Amino acid sequence: MLEIENLSVSYGKTPILRDVDVSVDAGEVVGIMGKNGVGKTTLVKAIIGLLEADAGTIRFDGRDVTDERADERARRGIGYIPQGRDVFPELTVEQNLKMGETINEASETLHYDTVYEYFPILEERRSQKAGTMSGGQQQMLAIGRALVGDPKLLLLDEPSEGIQPSIVQDLTRDLRELSADLGTTILFVEQNLHVVQNLSERCYAIDKGTIVDELEGDRLASRDEVAAYLAV
Amino acid sequence: MFEFDLYRVLSFAFQFLDSFAVIVLATVGLAIIFGMMGVINLAHGEFILVGAYATTLAFHAGAPLVLAMVIGVAITTVYGVILERTIIHRFYGRLLDSMVVTFGISIVMIQLTRIAFGNSLPQISTPFSSIGFGPYSYSTYRVALAGVALLTLVSLYWLFTRTDFGVRARATMQDADTARSMGVDTDRMYTSTFAIGSALAGLTGALYAPARSMNPEMGSGFLVEAFVAVVVGGPSVLLGTPLAGGLLGAVNAGFTTLGGTFIGQVAMLVAAILAIRLMPNGITGLIETIRQKRRERA
Ligand SMILES: Nc1ncnc2c1ncn2[C@@H]1O[C@H](COP(=O)(O)OP(=O)(O)O)[C@@H](O)[C@H]1O
Ligand SMILES: [Mg+2]
Repeated sequence: MLEIENLSVSYGKTPILRDVDVSVDAGEVVGIMGKNGVGKTTLVKAIIGLLEADAGTIRFDGRDVTDERADERARRGIGYIPQGRDVFPELTVEQNLKMGETINEASETLHYDTVYEYFPILEERRSQKAGTMSGGQQQMLAIGRALVGDPKLLLLDEPSEGIQPSIVQDLTRDLRELSADLGTTILFVEQNLHVVQNLSERCYAIDKGTIVDELEGDRLASRDEVAAYLAV
Repeated sequence: MFEFDLYRVLSFAFQFLDSFAVIVLATVGLAIIFGMMGVINLAHGEFILVGAYATTLAFHAGAPLVLAMVIGVAITTVYGVILERTIIHRFYGRLLDSMVVTFGISIVMIQLTRIAFGNSLPQISTPFSSIGFGPYSYSTYRVALAGVALLTLVSLYWLFTRTDFGVRARATMQDADTARSMGVDTDRMYTSTFAIGSALAGLTGALYAPARSMNPEMGSGFLVEAFVAVVVGGPSVLLGTPLAGGLLGAVNAGFTTLGGTFIGQVAMLVAAILAIRLMPNGITGLIETIRQKRRERA
């Protein structure tokens, strides 16, 4: 589904990512964990196309998309949930969801029913401006917006950031179930131990702009192994 | 005594409609481009000039007035899109740079117009008659323009809040990166918005072609009013434009009625300066601050 090879990205002259290799198969839920400032957001933005690659290739769904713009990649089927959610504050909840309809041009399916089933608050508040909702509700909206157009790959940047711990657990469960229900592949970056251990089937560790480890099974289940890569 | 007052009131009302129409029509195009791309197009007045000249030339070439106006709008739109694609798009989000560049464009256009058409064009005579009462007389056409201004505002409101294009355009204004990552081709969105802003400038030029004298500097007057109204209106341009038009139009009309055209213009600029001192983020900025405070208290 997604193959990243030798990816390097910089801000101006400052190199941030070096030789990143990541691959995600269809149907997988894959995590990338790392502390603050190691380059997680940079990687996610390079995958969706908001940052340009200096070197390396990004293949999505069998096609080299390295030189495509973000909107082209979105229309190919990547649903993106930015760090800090970034809902459109002045648009209503419903208009925000509508914005997600253009994701995955090839699919006619719209998942309003599923989104409203998982997050009924979005249906209740559909005429309310998104900027007036709580952080947790905005996160639900950002997820709904990315899912509504039936993406092949869901890309999440620290979904747990700034959200109450009790809600983080619900969110993690919802994401797992949504991925299973809709058959959506998930790639997320996180520094929250609970999310890393409960959402990913496989997880890369990133440090100082490069992939340093890949964990699954017992290692991923071990609190100590995972915590070593996080600031805990 | 009563009659005298009634004339004054009527005179104020007509003057208000006239000022409101000028301010709103001069401003909408500039405001939409500013709201979307964060650039102030200082050549906006010369976009209006293109609309007015194209309309006037088409009319003198034999086109009926309405057709001449349509031609004026079309030519200004094409002209705007060409400038956007070649030059202006490089300066999006860079307010000061964009002002310098468009100021340069403005000067060049004024000179080119002078070289090509001389110091003036014969004006199209104003359609409809005048409304006379007591010592006053007003052009029906200019009052009708207030209706057109209102209709333009309503159409734009509908376009930006009720259509798919409008929702995508506002999403792009609020957060271009996120809009792009939702599949919006933001470059195309910018060009379309610039085309709409240019068309509105063209419309303003076309509508005022029969009501103003046609000379290469005619755009500057419109630009001053538009610039002031955008600053007074603040960040939410769709709401800010009619509010600023209403406020500045009322001040202008009041003082024009009392002391004549010159006093009316001066009063409007003084009001604008006061407004900016009291509301640094414009009227809509102030409204947003008040709303925020209410929300925090609730
Ligand atoms: N716009 C930017 N310009 C320059 N440097 C940046 C910018 N954004 C992030 N960085 C730097 O890039 C590095 C990686 O940032 P980021 O990808 O946001 O990390 P993370 O998401 O893992 O916290 C950090 O050192 C950060 O300071
Ligand atoms: Mg980050």
